[in-house]
Amino acid sequence: MSTFPQDLRYTHDHEWLQAKGSAWRVGITQFAVDQLGDITLVDLPKEGDLITKGQRFGTVESVKSVSDLYAPVSGHVTAVNAALKDTPENVNGEPYGKGWMIELEPTETAEIDELMNAEAYGKHTAQ
Amino acid sequence: MERRRTPLWEDHKSLGARLIDFGGWEMPVSYPAGTIKEHKAVREAVGLFDVSHMGEVVLRGPRVREAIDKLTTNAVASAPVGKAVYTLLCLPSGGVVDDCIFYKRSDDEFFVIVNASNTAKDLDWLREQTHSLCDVVDVSDDTALIAVQGPKAIAMVEALSSGALAGMTSFTWRDAAVAGVECTAARTGYTGEDGFELACRNQDAARLWAALLDKATPLGGLAVGLGARDSLRLESKLPLYGNDLDEVHTPLEAGLGWAVKLDNRDFIGAQVLRDQKHKGLTRQLAGFTIPESARAIARHGYPVIDDARAIVGTVTSGGPGIAVGGAIGLAYVPTALAAAGTPLTIDCRGKDVAATVVSGKFYKRKS
Repeated sequence: MSTFPQDLRYTHDHEWLQAKGSAWRVGITQFAVDQLGDITLVDLPKEGDLITKGQRFGTVESVKSVSDLYAPVSGHVTAVNAALKDTPENVNGEPYGKGWMIELEPTETAEIDELMNAEAYGKHTAQ
Repeated sequence: MERRRTPLWEDHKSLGARLIDFGGWEMPVSYPAGTIKEHKAVREAVGLFDVSHMGEVVLRGPRVREAIDKLTTNAVASAPVGKAVYTLLCLPSGGVVDDCIFYKRSDDEFFVIVNASNTAKDLDWLREQTHSLCDVVDVSDDTALIAVQGPKAIAMVEALSSGALAGMTSFTWRDAAVAGVECTAARTGYTGEDGFELACRNQDAARLWAALLDKATPLGGLAVGLGARDSLRLESKLPLYGNDLDEVHTPLEAGLGWAVKLDNRDFIGAQVLRDQKHKGLTRQLAGFTIPESARAIARHGYPVIDDARAIVGTVTSGGPGIAVGGAIGLAYVPTALAAAGTPLTIDCRGKDVAATVVSGKFYKRKS
């Protein structure tokens, strides 16, 4: 079983969230990266966009496949990792670091409480 | 259902491969280097592929040439001993049962490598259509297949065979010992690079693989998974059965006219192909590129649309252009849209993406 950073929250769709002041940074987990293989294209929303929990907010294309990114919680996009446009491989190399995707200001803070901790997510991926 | 394993399964595990289900087989899609590095290793050095999941069939008997001349679009039966011939097997409709390579072992015996996903179907087809004129022997379960591909492949394999494979030309085969393992070695492949495909007995496969990996590693070579196998063949515009070839489209529509020899021949499907050649094609498999700036990849199944948003064609294969940038792909389109330079619009999951038809391979090897 893989281990996942303790300070992050997780979704069933293999995204992680990290508190950044009142905002939350979002990326995809090592587990997701391992499934996707080499990532060649990341398509993200614009700063200021409102995204809704469970709705598609972007896509990740690997050599073999295309995958949707689903909003982990509802909120306004406050930052976008524009560097991924030219260096999508950072998602493979540092999924919890340089491979982050967006930052969100949640509109429904209760949704944050529904996210999994590292232990629960670890169990989810082991299923 | 239990997934099948090749004799190299343990070796893939120990290399840290990511294994996926591929037509009922547990196969490496990539190793820790990743698809892009594996792809580049084949273009720049050498790559090793376990393709033991592919099917192998022996056809033999005094009337075997008569039997297979009815089945193959290419001139297989009349080829010289020692040749490997790429051919299609067609239905009476001209649609494709499979694409495969026939190795002529003697006037009475051919060795055939078929697509893994089609092995059972092909065996049925061969048994039915050869009408007991020859024996059809499935040797898939006893045969391992390792492809060694890339600019450094030839010298590497030749060195392991003590010169027994020296001086071979493209699409020929020889029986030889490679690293002490009895192999049928063919100068064939599915990457657009020069190389060998080595068939050996299952029980010898791990020994051969280890010897090849040992020689390849210091040359910058890598074990290569199915992910890069697909991106390499697409860049070289080699069709994939199930994507670009199927029972609906003919070899002529797929751009494989060079493997269809119609003169004085009457193989299954020949009449339809002759008519098609005479009347001209209404649809064709066209290669296309999408510029980097579009930030889109058109994949298998995406529709090609016209100005009125009507569907006029379908993408059969697509992926990032690893050597050429942007994205590349193949699509069946009306002949009017198949000429080089023609602009196409592809509906990429709700986004209209502009593509351009290109002729020839996306990537040509430096010779």
